[in-house]
Formats: sequence, structure tokens, C-alpha cells
Amino acid sequence: MTRVTLTRRQLLQAGGTLVVSFPFLAQAQSREAQAGPPPADQIDSWIAIHADNTATVFIGFAELGQGCSTALLQVAAEELDLGMDQVRSVGLDTHVTPNQGGTYSSQAMRRGGPQVQRAAAEARQALLALAAERLQLPVSRLRVENGVVSGSGDDNAFVTYGELIGDRRFELAFSGTAPVKSPASYKLVGRPLPRHDIPPKVKGSYGFMHHQRLPGMLHGRIVRPRGQGAYKDGVQIRSVDASSIAGMPGVRVLRQGNFLGVVAPREWDAVQAAARLRVEWQQPASLPGNDALFARMEQSPPDDRIAREQGDLAALAGARVVSEFTGQGPYQAHAPFAPNCALADVRADSALVLCSTQDVYGTRGKLAALLGLPVPAVRVQYFEGAGTFGHSCWDDAAQAAALLSQLASAPVRVQFMRWDELGWDTYGPAHLGKVRVSADADGKLLTYEYEGWQHHWALVETTEQSAKGTPAAEWPAMAAQQINPLVLGGQYRIPHLKLLNHHVPGVDYLKGAWLRSPLDLSLAFVSEQAIDDLAFQLGLDPWQFRQRNILDERWAGVLDAAARAAGWQPRPAQSVAGAGPLRRGRGIGLGTHLASWGGAVAEVEVDMGTGRVRVLHLVGAIDAGRVVNPSNVEHQIIGQLVQTASRLLHEEVLFDTQQVTSTDWASYPILRFADAPRVTPVIVQRLEEPSLGAGEEVMAAAAAAIANAFFDATGKRMSAYPFTPARVLATLGRV
Amino acid sequence: MAESTTLRLNGSVVSVTSTPDTPLLYVLTDELQLQGPRFGCGLAQCGACSVLVDGRELRSCVTPLAAIGAGAVTTLEGLPALLAERRQLAQVPEFTPLQQALIAVQAIQCGYCSNGMQIKATELLMQNPAPTEAVIRSALDGHLCRCGTYPKILEAIQRAAQAPGGAV
Ligand code: FES
Ligand code: FES
Repeated sequence: MTRVTLTRRQLLQAGGTLVVSFPFLAQAQSREAQAGPPPADQIDSWIAIHADNTATVFIGFAELGQGCSTALLQVAAEELDLGMDQVRSVGLDTHVTPNQGGTYSSQAMRRGGPQVQRAAAEARQALLALAAERLQLPVSRLRVENGVVSGSGDDNAFVTYGELIGDRRFELAFSGTAPVKSPASYKLVGRPLPRHDIPPKVKGSYGFMHHQRLPGMLHGRIVRPRGQGAYKDGVQIRSVDASSIAGMPGVRVLRQGNFLGVVAPREWDAVQAAARLRVEWQQPASLPGNDALFARMEQSPPDDRIAREQGDLAALAGARVVSEFTGQGPYQAHAPFAPNCALADVRADSALVLCSTQDVYGTRGKLAALLGLPVPAVRVQYFEGAGTFGHSCWDDAAQAAALLSQLASAPVRVQFMRWDELGWDTYGPAHLGKVRVSADADGKLLTYEYEGWQHHWALVETTEQSAKGTPAAEWPAMAAQQINPLVLGGQYRIPHLKLLNHHVPGVDYLKGAWLRSPLDLSLAFVSEQAIDDLAFQLGLDPWQFRQRNILDERWAGVLDAAARAAGWQPRPAQSVAGAGPLRRGRGIGLGTHLASWGGAVAEVEVDMGTGRVRVLHLVGAIDAGRVVNPSNVEHQIIGQLVQTASRLLHEEVLFDTQQVTSTDWASYPILRFADAPRVTPVIVQRLEEPSLGAGEEVMAAAAAAIANAFFDATGKRMSAYPFTPARVLATLGRV
Repeated sequence: MAESTTLRLNGSVVSVTSTPDTPLLYVLTDELQLQGPRFGCGLAQCGACSVLVDGRELRSCVTPLAAIGAGAVTTLEGLPALLAERRQLAQVPEFTPLQQALIAVQAIQCGYCSNGMQIKATELLMQNPAPTEAVIRSALDGHLCRCGTYPKILEAIQRAAQAPGGAV
């Protein structure tokens, strides 16, 4: 995808077009006037057919390295009867692409797929009507291949899409009547086509966010304490000593309220100035610190919600075996491999902001409020950064760039430093969960009780809070988002069940936000270990115990697929005697995010002497309905498995009562190359079913499988992760 | 006007005005606007910024320009030309065999780490054309990938090592 960013001055000369790929100038110019988003009920908002018989599909989802831009083009090309080399997309832009909502919760294929599919089908129907007229044939006798429409009889008349409408508008509202193809006739959908963004990424010619530039641009860096404190009033500046950076060439210190930054023409000068500027901060010591975190959460004032309740828990009296388990999941960071970067050009009456947001419209609204501009005057363009896996610092970086640009009266590019990104993230929240489950004498699940504690997601970005003094606020608490019933017993048939959530107010904790498969790892870690323990107590194989209680065939499908791919031989856990310092174990788990089905098997090795744990092999099976591009989904499964191993073994945000202290890769380690597990991705393909998410639906299962494998290896259950050597040795009773 | 320094870069000699204490990374990205080497941590912890200097991998984020001296710097952009030079090819290919293998096995998610992975793998394969899996894993252990693409990168390096005539 080639994109060219022009300055506004160049723009005016070029006729007012901001950012477009050159072949689509005309299309984008007509969009420019609208201040976006283009109306979703018009075909022209989605599809443009060009004179050279190619098409541009305007997709409102962000390419996050998950391949969705390729997969959505597959969907469009399928319905349009075009080849993959005849379709392309343009970058996400509030003024150019339709508003399909944010790219999160694995919505790209689930919600975006059908929208693009219907738009393409509608465009094809309109093109066929035009062709019928041109060729003097009824639509029923037309066939299309690669955008060439011909009669199906022996006359050899034909016309191309490009000849029919090339670079002119459809001017058609969605009728909603165009039939979509039947899966049986698919030629592109369901095939593992190569991603179009990969060759330029390999070569180094792909324009990441970090490579974007504007003429006259300054480099900016934010200045903050190294590591955030409690989410409440934000940091306060006591004093700034500008003389500490006197004499640095072209460096300016910019401040609004307690927001502080530096800008300089040369990037290295900005980096040094931000590091050297002497600032005295006020940061209250109101955090619990890692040690007191879970005790404080459990004691917080009750704000309880029952997320699900069925049957009567008194049935517990008839149980043969009961298992109670308490588990803790730590704060974890998004930790994108590249810290976030943003570039802003803020003028008196308008703003252009380039950033890596997963939601251009959400970001635009927040920027408009921060800058005091009307929403339509703010244009946000998405450029891919490093894989971010949720709400990392993209909004914060976009706001910092915009504010510095406004203060400097020049375009400003802000790149967060490693300590900014790790120290000021909105972390995946910590979680404490307790489960009590029981089964009857036939090995059937009887009762299931869960209660859990966590806070919700922060609503105010650090830049905004520092600049404006906006008080800390959380997303409105939604029980369904905080408790995922699909992971908490929702995999099984359970007659008596109750899920209780204790919402912990987020003030005086760390800022939280969604991190890939939000909370699911921790929920499954607690729940699936308790389920596993019932199997153990009953002397049953954990796969067979789950089969006996499985809810439906979708869950059974991923459970069996994972077990078979792992070559699972039934036996109860802990039934192979280990000897020597290295113990191996295997475990199985089920879980998902908000849709789809995930099953996993793990093989781990525990060094009983050092407490070191290695994940040797992970199998992950996903049923996400119709998988448009199996190769993409395989890679998504692999990424999820490796990341889950990283999160279970290594990742924990460290903080004392004052601030976060894990601000580099040494203090916030992630899984490394040498320890990467062998991985086996499995797709349960169901072409007749609607497409669902596949980017975060096997992590819960994999987390559970790793935890259960640890038990199989050692006979002990880990009640908290990550499985650091110290924690492992404590669990094994060796310290 | 600042004084200029000459730098041997991707087969040419370029003159740059960054001060000698500037880390090579900022010379390459800010002054010369290359896209291969990139910022990840600035702390020599991740490998995002790696380049080859005389065939050895080096973390450009912590290496001042002055320390490069007469060393020949190769960035991601220069890998195909380096291959052509080593093998005395008449033409610079679009991709090295290692790059072809990365594309063939789709060993990219976001791809931001690919620069460092390729630089390090190139260094390894120049020294050891047929490394074992264990050697590859330990050679690349200083290069992080947040997206978890390690297994595919491993597969690509193994595949490239089998390319006729070698991978790099
Ligand atoms: S940026 Fe140089 S090692 Fe991370
Ligand atoms: S592919 Fe994203 S960091 Fe490696």
C-alpha cells in the first residue's frame, strides 16, 4: 500500500487532497469535502472501480499485522469476481474510509467481513445491470471472470467493469437485495493466500507510522517520571529547571498544565533534552505495590454484580468431589515492540494527526476535545506501528503529538521512549478469582461458583489528564465485559452455576485497558485448574472428563482437535512418576474470548532444582466459523500461543507504592527466541458458519493448558503467574 | 554549518552532518531517512536497530557515529547488494534467499522486528551456512519479537540455509 502524505499547502495546490494513493485521487477528492466518514449506506463509500479494471475497497479496519486487510480484500474480490491482483485498499482515514468501528474484540472479520461482502455484492449487481444494457443480454445470461463480463452463450461479446464505470461513481444507495455467493462456489475465500503487506515489510519499504514525516516537522519527546503512579490526579510538576538543557541546539520546552515536553529539529537532541531536563515531580505514594495488591483488591468496598445464575447451588450437598481454587493474574503490559509514535500538524482551525490507533473515530473525538476544535476539523489517519494487542499508548502518543504541535505551531512527531511505553501504558488489569466446583459420582459437573475482583478500564489518557487536570474516570462498569461466562464454566453443561463480580474502583490502582483476550487468561487460569482438579480427584483423564461434560459440538470440536493433534493418550494427571530434577507434564484447556471456540494442549518442563519452567510444545485449536484465510489464522494462533507462554512465564508489571518500576526489557522480560515453544496451530474450518474472531480466542485455553501441565509435572498447582523461578520454588515448597 | 563525517553505507560513501556523539541509529533514521534500522528500546535490549558493520551485527542505538570510523555499514536496505557483492552477481536481486524464505513461510506479523532478525540471521549465515536449530535459537536470542513469530522465523532461516548456493 503506497501512501503519500502531502502538506496542506501542497494539498491546496493539488486540489485539496490530503492523503491518498495516486490512482485514487479523483475518488478521494470527492471525499475530502465531506470531512468524513463517508456515508455507509452508499456503495461509493465502499467500492471504486477504476478504468484499468481494478477496484479499490475502502475498508474501515486497521491492519495490525494480523492480515485482515488481505482477508477483507479476499472477501471483496470473491463477491466482485475479481482477481486478488485487481483489488487494493487504502489506508484508514476518518475522511476517506467508512466507519466500521474500532479494530478490536476480533471484529474485523466478524463484523467487517459481512459489511464488505454485502457492499461488493451490491456493486457487482449494479455492474451486471450496466453490462446487461451494454451487451443487450439479460443478466441471467451473463458471467463474470476477473472483472470481464461476457454472455454465457456462444456470442463472444464482452465488456469490463472498467469500461462500464471506470472512475465514475455508482451513485447508488444500498438496496440490501443483492444476493451473496454460496460458500460452495468460493474461489478465494477459504484459501491461504499470501498477505500483500509481507514483501514490503521484509524488504524494509513498508511505511510504518515511525517512518512518516511532514515538511518542517520537529521531533518531540514527552517528559514524565519514569513510571506512572496511581491513577487519580495525574502527576504534578513542582518545578522545571530549563537551565539544565541550556545551549542545546533549537530545543524548546513546552508545557500545558502538568503536561511537559520538548521539541527540537534533530531527533537525538529531543531525546537528550527530555532525558536531561531537570524536573521535580510530585507523585503520591498511594499505590498498593505488588505485595499488597490482591489484599487491597479483596478488601475494596463492594460493588457487586451477578453476571449469570442458574439452578440452585444447594445441590453441592450431593457432590462426590469438590474443588476450590484461588488464582491471581498480574498487571501485564501491551509492550509493543516499537513504542508508539504519532505525527500531528495542528493549525488554528484544523488538525491532521497520523497515529496507530485501533479506532480512528474514537481517537478523533478525544483529540477534538483536547485541542478545542470541532470534530469534523480533525482528520485522523492510521499508520501501522508494531503489534500492539490492545489499547497501548496510541491515544496518549497521538494526544502528545497534537498538543506539542499546537504549542509549537509546527508539525511535531512524537515517539515514545521505551520507558514511556512500558511505564505509562494502560495495562491489562490484575485479577483475583475464586472458584468452587463440584461433580457427582458419575463424573458429571454439578455446581460452579465463581467470584472475582478487578477494576475496569481507564477513560482518560495521561496527556489529557496532565494538560487539563481531567479527573480520573473509568469506563462504566459492565459485568459482561468483566466476566466472560464463556470461559467461566461456559464450556460445559453445568446445572447449577453462579458468577459474581466484585468491581473494584480503579482509582489508586494502575491505569487499565484491554490487552489481547482481556482478563480471559486469568479467568481460565483459575477456572480450568479447578475443573482439572475434579478430574484428578475422580482419577479420570482430563480430556475424557471434559468430553463427558462438554456443552456442545463446537466446544467438543476444538477439544478433540487439540488433543488429537497433540497425540494425547488418556491417563489421569500425575500418573507418570517423575524422577530427577527435570519433570515433564502435559495439560489441556478450553476457553475463548467473546465468540469462537478455543482448545489447547501444552507440554512443559519444570526444573525442580532451579524453578525454571519451559513450555516445550503448544497445540492451539480454533473454531472461528468460516475462516477466510487459513494461513492468516494459523499465524494468529501461533502468535497467541507464543504470547500466552510469554505471559504465563515472564510478564508482570512491577510497581512500588509510588510508581511502576518495570520500564525496560530487563525489568519487563518477554519470552525470547531460545525458549520459544514448538507450536502446532489447528483450524476447525466451518465454511457454512459465519466468520468469527480468531485473533485472541485460544489464549485462555493455552494459559489453562500450561497451568495444568505444570500440575501434571509437579503435583502442585500454581496459584499465580508469571511462573518465575522464585514463585515456582515457593509453590514446590523448596524455599 | 555543522562539520560533516563520512560514512561507508550500503556500498556508497555518504557525508552526514550529525554530531559525532549521535547514535548511528538517529543518523540513519533521522538524517538519512532509512527505514530498515528502527527504534525499539534505545538500550541495546531488543535488536530493532541492528545493522551490520563489516559483517558483524551491531546495535546502532547505543553506538555513536564516531565509533563507526571506516567500518562498512550495511542496513536492511543493503542486504540484496551485499549478497550480490559476496557472490559476484551481475545484478542485485530484489530479495535475498533469506528474504524469499521469510516471504514463503509468511514469517511476519507486524514485521517491525524483521530488520533485526534479518540482520542477525545474515551475520549468522555468513559465518555458518548450515547452523543447527540450537545454534539459530541462541544466535537470535537477543532479538525480541512481541508478536510471537519466532517459530516461523526459525523455519524461514532453516529453509534459507538450504537454498542452493547459500542464504546470504
Ligand atoms: S533499539 Fe537498539 S537494541 Fe533496541
Ligand atoms: S512480528 Fe511484530 S514484533 Fe515481530
